[in-house]
Amino acid sequence: MTVLAQAAEVTRRYGDVLALDRVSLDIRAGELVGLLGPNGAGKSTLINLFVGLRRPTSGTVTLFGGSPQDPAMRRRIGVTPQETGLPESLRVGEIVDFVSAHFPEPSDKHELLARFGLSDLVRRQIGGLSGGQKRRLAVALAFTGDPELVFLDEPTTGLDVEARRSLWDGITSFHERGGTVLVTSHYIEEIEALARRVVVVGHGRVLADDTMESVRDIVGVRRVSFTAADLRDLDALPGVLGAERADDGRVSLVTTDPDRLVVELVTGGTPFSGLEVKPTTLEEAFLAITSKEATHV
Amino acid sequence: MSSLVVAHTRYLMTEQIRVPIGILASALFPAISMVAFVVPLAGGQAQAATTASASMTFFGATSGALIGLSIAVAMDREQPWNAYLRTLPAGPFPRFAGRIMSTLAVMLASVVPVLLVAAFFTEATITPLRLLAGLAVLVVCGIPFMLLGLFLGYVLTSKAVIAVSQLLFFPLAILGGLLVPPAYLPDFIGVVSPYTPTRGAAELLWAVTAGTSPDVLSVVMLAVWTVVAAVAAGWAYRRDEGRRFS
Repeated sequence: MTVLAQAAEVTRRYGDVLALDRVSLDIRAGELVGLLGPNGAGKSTLINLFVGLRRPTSGTVTLFGGSPQDPAMRRRIGVTPQETGLPESLRVGEIVDFVSAHFPEPSDKHELLARFGLSDLVRRQIGGLSGGQKRRLAVALAFTGDPELVFLDEPTTGLDVEARRSLWDGITSFHERGGTVLVTSHYIEEIEALARRVVVVGHGRVLADDTMESVRDIVGVRRVSFTAADLRDLDALPGVLGAERADDGRVSLVTTDPDRLVVELVTGGTPFSGLEVKPTTLEEAFLAITSKEATHV
Repeated sequence: MSSLVVAHTRYLMTEQIRVPIGILASALFPAISMVAFVVPLAGGQAQAATTASASMTFFGATSGALIGLSIAVAMDREQPWNAYLRTLPAGPFPRFAGRIMSTLAVMLASVVPVLLVAAFFTEATITPLRLLAGLAVLVVCGIPFMLLGLFLGYVLTSKAVIAVSQLLFFPLAILGGLLVPPAYLPDFIGVVSPYTPTRGAAELLWAVTAGTSPDVLSVVMLAVWTVVAAVAAGWAYRRDEGRRFS
């Protein structure tokens, strides 16, 4: 498959801060890639390098085989602006026209606005839109130039469930027609709903790059919870990555080895009740990967 | 001119017109000054009324160039929208050219009220040719003030630039003899006046509109200011680029 965007051994520093540390990543035509990681992990820096806003300190970033700084390469991508900065006094239709003027073959304005449920708002000034409408407009702008590759940074932050689902449908249909997507999100279920391939970044490095299922399985972490008022030394239990104790005495542990933990708990003789073992969410999984990584370094 | 420059100019002009306070600010003060000072004090004499009106048009135009442009640039830099624009397939030129074009439009718009007051309420006289020459001089002499505006806009935050641009502009206007004719300025101001860019611009403007002979030192100093402001604006632009986008 053709590689549309590539980072090769990319390092990026901001002064003393190492934002990316020898990151290599290929985005191939037709992929829908989810980029996950805690705040400050390097997600935004990586996107800024791909869209030409920043240059790497060392290593190379290419877009369609050329430099992201070359406007000709950027004709084939779409990017979401942050909705907080949209020019308030312009009308919805005007901002779409303005962005369209940058592209050789832009999408049809009315078709684009209809796709994102904005048809009724063409004549509305952006300052008068609700937060959710601004967010949808921001995502629509990424598709204005009829791109091959879109970078969606937190596309549904602040949307209600219904609006989020309709936006997901729009992204999925773009992907089904052959479009390539790189999406970041705070919402784990968003990545789970959209992405086929997941890249987990933490501490400026790629910690995992695999299918959604594999990323969950690699970790294999489970949440074990029970009530045990007398149990003190939680971290001494096998494979514990994180421990929390609620006010009501309920203990919640994230562990890589739930079987041994339960055995230990039983043989230890401390009384407990209400045992539950549950699969973790993707968020717990990547917290586990990042914390393991931290202890290795 | 590329269609992208047109697109950016149209977009920035639309913003200006929808939030017209910037245009009003540059147009209203000189028009009020005309009515309050020029009409009663100099309105009866053709030569004095003509030069005073020329000064007022330049006052309004340069406040748009220096104050308006510096604030617009500083605010732009703080908006995440500006980063988004850089991801669009265009270099920085269309945006920059659009900024300059829309600033020029505000400058020319701010001239209109002053000209109307001058035409209807004073003895100021001008031929169409001199008027056109005056507008051309106004635009050309506006360049160093736009460059100063760009310099301030790229160096300062928007909050700081609102204060600093006015602190810089009003003394320059007074020292340069835009508000009070040089003949009436106190001696110590008269000594400094030729070294301000406003004085050089005013000298040229009076020369083409009222037929006076311009002071050479002032005009040379205007050229020096233009070069210095261009270097400063270029430096500030590259420094800002390097900080935010390297």
